[in-house]
Formats: sequence, C-alpha cells, structure tokens
Amino acid sequence: LKASTKSPAKSSYYSFEAANLEGTDLPENDSRNQLWWLPHNLDWQRTVESAQRSDPQSALEQFIALANSRIDFIQTARLDRAIQRAETWLRGLVNAAKPIRLALLGSCTLTHLSPGIRIGAMRRGVWVDVYEGGYGMYRQEIQDKQSELYQFRPDVLLLSIDAYHLVGTKDATVADALQGLRDCWRMARDNLGCAVIQQTVLPVFPPLMGNNEHRYADSPAYRVAKINNLIRDLADEEGVHLLSADVFAANDGIAEWHDISLWHRSKQEIHPRVSHLYGDQVARILAAIRGRSRKCLVLDLDNTLWGGVIGDDGLAGITLGQGNAVGEAHLAVQRYALDLSRRGIILAVSSKNDEANALEAFEKHPEMILGRQDIACFNANWDDKPSNLRDIARKLNIGIDSLVFIDDNPFERNLVRAELPEVAVPELPEDPALYVECIAAAGYFEGLQITSEDKERGTQYRMNAARDLLRDSTTDMPTYLASLQMELRCGLFDEIAMARIVQLINKTNQFNLTTRRYTEAEVKTAIVSGGALHLQFRLLDRFGDNGIIGLVMGNMRSDGTLLIDTWLMSCRVLGRQVEAAMLNVVAKKAKLMGAGALVGVFRATAKNAMVKDLYKNFGFEHAGEAEGEVFWKLSLDSFRETDVFMNVSIEGLQ
Amino acid sequence: MTTEEIYRRLTEIFHSIFDDQTVVPTPELKAGDVAEWDSVTHISLIVAIETRFKIKFKTAELESLRNVGHLVDMIAKKLS
Repeated sequence: LKASTKSPAKSSYYSFEAANLEGTDLPENDSRNQLWWLPHNLDWQRTVESAQRSDPQSALEQFIALANSRIDFIQTARLDRAIQRAETWLRGLVNAAKPIRLALLGSCTLTHLSPGIRIGAMRRGVWVDVYEGGYGMYRQEIQDKQSELYQFRPDVLLLSIDAYHLVGTKDATVADALQGLRDCWRMARDNLGCAVIQQTVLPVFPPLMGNNEHRYADSPAYRVAKINNLIRDLADEEGVHLLSADVFAANDGIAEWHDISLWHRSKQEIHPRVSHLYGDQVARILAAIRGRSRKCLVLDLDNTLWGGVIGDDGLAGITLGQGNAVGEAHLAVQRYALDLSRRGIILAVSSKNDEANALEAFEKHPEMILGRQDIACFNANWDDKPSNLRDIARKLNIGIDSLVFIDDNPFERNLVRAELPEVAVPELPEDPALYVECIAAAGYFEGLQITSEDKERGTQYRMNAARDLLRDSTTDMPTYLASLQMELRCGLFDEIAMARIVQLINKTNQFNLTTRRYTEAEVKTAIVSGGALHLQFRLLDRFGDNGIIGLVMGNMRSDGTLLIDTWLMSCRVLGRQVEAAMLNVVAKKAKLMGAGALVGVFRATAKNAMVKDLYKNFGFEHAGEAEGEVFWKLSLDSFRETDVFMNVSIEGLQ
Repeated sequence: MTTEEIYRRLTEIFHSIFDDQTVVPTPELKAGDVAEWDSVTHISLIVAIETRFKIKFKTAELESLRNVGHLVDMIAKKLS
C-alpha cells in the first residue's frame, strides 16, 4: 500500500464554508456494490501477479492485503482463483491456522457465493474450505449420514434457502416452513455436531395488497415477513446464528440483492454482483465463531472526535456539539463509540497532542459525550501512531489484531496499514457525517452473544485502573495481593454461564494451553459424557466482580489419569496467582474423581508463549510429545497446594 | 464508445472472468470455443459486462446471443 501524497485533512473544518467546499463524498450507487470502507489499491492487478510469484509466507500476506482492498465481485472471483491455484504451496501455512470447514447448502444455485466467502474469510486471516451441496439437495444431504456432507465433516453449516422454495406454494404455511428449518438445524446439530448459520428470507415477492399486506394471510410477501419475524426467537432457542439477508435487502434495496431475470435464467437468488458483500457477511460470522472479531476501537481526536485541532484552536475553538452540522457529526461519532463501549467494545485514544490539551477537552468541554473514564487507554503524545497502537495493545493485554484504528488523516492511516497490517483501518470518507456509517458497515465488531461480562467491560477496565493505582502505592507484591481481598468462586459449567464459557473458549488466545475452540453444542456434549471435568472460575475483589475469568475442561482416562484438555484464563487477571488457585481446585477435584495423576497438554500457537512453561513451573514432569502437543504429568500424591492470597469457594464438588 | 474501445474493455473482463490471458474476444468467438465458458461463468460474464458498461440486457436478448460479435453489437446499441 502506498502512502497517499495528499496532505492531511486536518484544519479542513474551521468554518461552515470550508466544510461545505469539502463536499460530501457520499458513496455513489456503484460503490455501494463495493467494500467501500476499504482503501483502493491502484496497482491491484500487478499485486495479484506479484503475489503469485512470491514465496508462500509473503504470498499469503499479499493475498490478505489484496482481500483488504476495495474490490468488486469480479476481482473477488479473480483473487479467489489465484489463491486456489496457489493452494498446494500455501497449504502448509493454511493447515497450521486450522481452516474452517464450511458446508454451503440450499435450495438454489449457490456456486457463485463460495469465492466471496473464501475471500471474506481471507480478509480476516481465516482460511475456509467450502463444501458446496448438490443443487436443491440440502434436506436429503442432512438426513443421509452416508452423504458427502457427512464425509466432509463441516465445522459450520450455512443454509441458504430461497424465498420461492420456502413460501412459493400456497400450501406452505409459515409454521410448516419454520418447522422444516428447525428439523434441519436439529439434525445438523445432533448428527453433524456443527454450528449452524441460517440465512433469513429475502423479501423477493411483490405486494398483493400494499401497505396493509399483513391483512392477507396467504400473501407470499407477508409470509416472508412473518417468517423473518419469528425466525429470530426460534434460532435463539435452537442455538442457531442468523445471516440477516432481509436486513441487507432493507439497507441496500432488494433490487441490489435479487434480480428476477437472473432468477429465471440461472436460479441465483443472491445477485452475483453482491456475492462478495454476501461473502463478507458470512465471513464476519465465521470469524466471530473463531473469536476473531475485533475488541477495541482506537480513536484519533482532532478532526475525528471533534472538528479542528485542540492544540491550535483551544478549548473554545474546536467544533463540537449542537447548532453546527460538523459539530453534530463529530458528536454522532462519540455517541456511536459510547454505544459500542456499552456493548463491550474497549475504547482507546491515540492522538498526536500534548496530553494536557487532549485531556482538557474531555474534562472541560460541555458538549463531550465521551468522558475520560470511558477510555481504557489514553495515549496522547508525539510518538508515531504504530508505536502507540503497539503500546495500547500491550497495556490492555489484547492482540494487535484486535484493534480498529479510526483517523481522519490518510497519512496516518496508510502508515499504520504499512507498519501494522494486522490492525483494521477503515478508509474514512472525508465527511465526518459518514464516519459512523463507515465504521458500522465494515462490521469489525460482529458479535454473536451479549454476556453480562460484555456489558460490564467498561467498568472492569476502570477497576483495573484503580488496581494499578493501588499497586503503585503498595511496595511489595504480597501486601498488594492481600489488600485486593480476592475471592475465587469455582463451579461446574451451567446454562446461565454457557454464553460466556463459549465466548472464552473461542476468544482467549494468550493464557490458553491448547487453544482448542469448541462450539456451544460441542461443550454441551462434552460435559455430559462420563468422567468429564468442567470448572468455571469467577474472581471478585474489593473493586468489584471480574466475572468468569477462567475455565478448565478435562476427562478421566482409563489409566487413572485426568487429562486437562482445556485450561484458559483471561489476561485481565494475570499476575494475581489465579492460575495457582485454579490448579489447586483442579487437583482437589481430580482426587475426588479418583485420579492418580494430572496430565497437562501444551499446544503452541502464535500467541500463547506466555504459558509454554506453565506446567513445568508447577512441578509437572515432561511426559512426551506428539503431533505438536507437549504432555506434562504430575502425580497427585506428591502435589502440594500453592499458598494463594485469596479465598477460594467451591460449589458443586462433592 | 468505439467498437475498438468496447473490445478493449471486453478483453479485460474476459481475462478476469476466465482468468486466462490467452482468451481474446473476437467477433466469431463462441462459448463452445473456451473451456471455462460454461453456464456458470456465462452468467458471471454477463453480469460483469452489465456492471462494467452500466447497461442491462433483456432476458430475450440473452436467449438469442450467438457470438461475441453479436454481443458487442448489442453493447454498442445500448451505449449509443
């Protein structure tokens, strides 16, 4: 990516005239068919050819960068073919990242959707192997355990059922249609053991009544609306994720998504022209299932959160607030950021400013929606932005690939893209009124569940800041830990905590011994099997409740050892002896189950080096290696509990 | 737009859709002459032409399509 030579857009919004002259660059109709939040790559064609000639590691990086440029469906198909051709020599790298096996099943032509899905996933650094079901054979394939679908063993099943199939005949009632879908979901869950994504129904039918279509119960248009209405609760009951095609059509117009002449000609319900947008939406869900959604929004200040430059214009000179269109646009950015933080997205600031000037706006400007307490990490200094982004990730204990960076300045954006390609950097339009739409359209924060931990996250980061203050004022570690008055509550997995448990399994990267990802269905199956060990840990202290911060899953083996399949902990509570307390509980429980020894497994990933020697440090002995896994063994006779500075309460252990 | 310009743009589209630099659209070229030109890529090709030239074909026009020369005539007529 080339750095733009265009001068930074700072100082563009001093006056009403200036803002007006900038004009709006509202995306044209054409560019709505593109991934308009991504930057153009003017040298696209040449970069594809260069990637095809590179060594595997470099090629993969170039392919990911190409997928992250503003491409249409033709370029998406072209890139997909280039990658498919390169597949044999990329496979080693790809297998190391464990591809997602996606079965694409439905009632009409779907072949044209696969490239967009694969490239959408590649955009997020995820490789997808797609299995395309036979035309219209979705029900038979799900029913038949001998089918190719079963041999494929999908991780995820995507059901794309067209509206004509679902309600095309007058006899097909809404209840029948929903029950038919539910039967498929249940078979997939019980027999294939995979996660299910159901596409909602495209509103393709013309009205027969008009504004009051709902008064004619047999109307196909009304039945589609009703199915879409009821399918939300039904999917939640069954643990199925939705791909909200009806919402895409509502946003872009059904004509963008469906072309009746193409339906007649080729039975494609989804228009090929938007197949890459469809694929990007599917990929968002796949990435979210993998725990790859972004976690943190890093905001620039000048001309991003307010108009103007606080250091030059002063507190009274910046444009922010009611009565001025530009000021209101920046307020809307703050409002959206605050709403995201309430949903569990961490907010950070990276701004080239004297810290005192930057803080003054937060503390004194009456129109500010965001307060200093909403920002988990506030970096206002004169270092370059990539260094600041690295620093923010380190302070928050999250990966650099969890960050989204928002800056009005094209120079800063391009610098970050070049230095830290793993950071998501949307190509903000010039008009601040469109910033929110751009951030939202990019779908970086795709979420599948809201847990109480999500809603409390802002509070938890504030508590962390309070703990840091206490630690700085306390001289030695034991005194500090004792002063926290920690309480670790341990219990078995339960339904109430299931959403959080699945989220932790799929999101935790650093303190995670095996990084095995499980779907909710897999967790539920695992915990009812005989000899299973499953423990959740919640940590409280004098500053509040940290929520569920750790999990252990294991199972008794015939040789009388207890194998620890999964051990993970949130990095929020590192350095507080929680891991030692967890092991104490595991040992106690294992003895109760009659185990003679614990066997721990370590599987190295790019991110879990911090726990490489964890078992060794707890006195486990090396007990062999196989297929990238290192085994560690600890006899329970010789196990001595570690003293920890916390009260431990255990529920549900006999 | 001149016929040459239409052929130039069409060549780019053909290269993208068939991912093959050796496929050159000539007036006599037909679907049967190109290995990758099946019913699926045909739809992609038509939609790509519609998108890039900002035109729309009628269902019946596509049913009657004979060869690339015929296609170019139709594009030229729609652009004029």
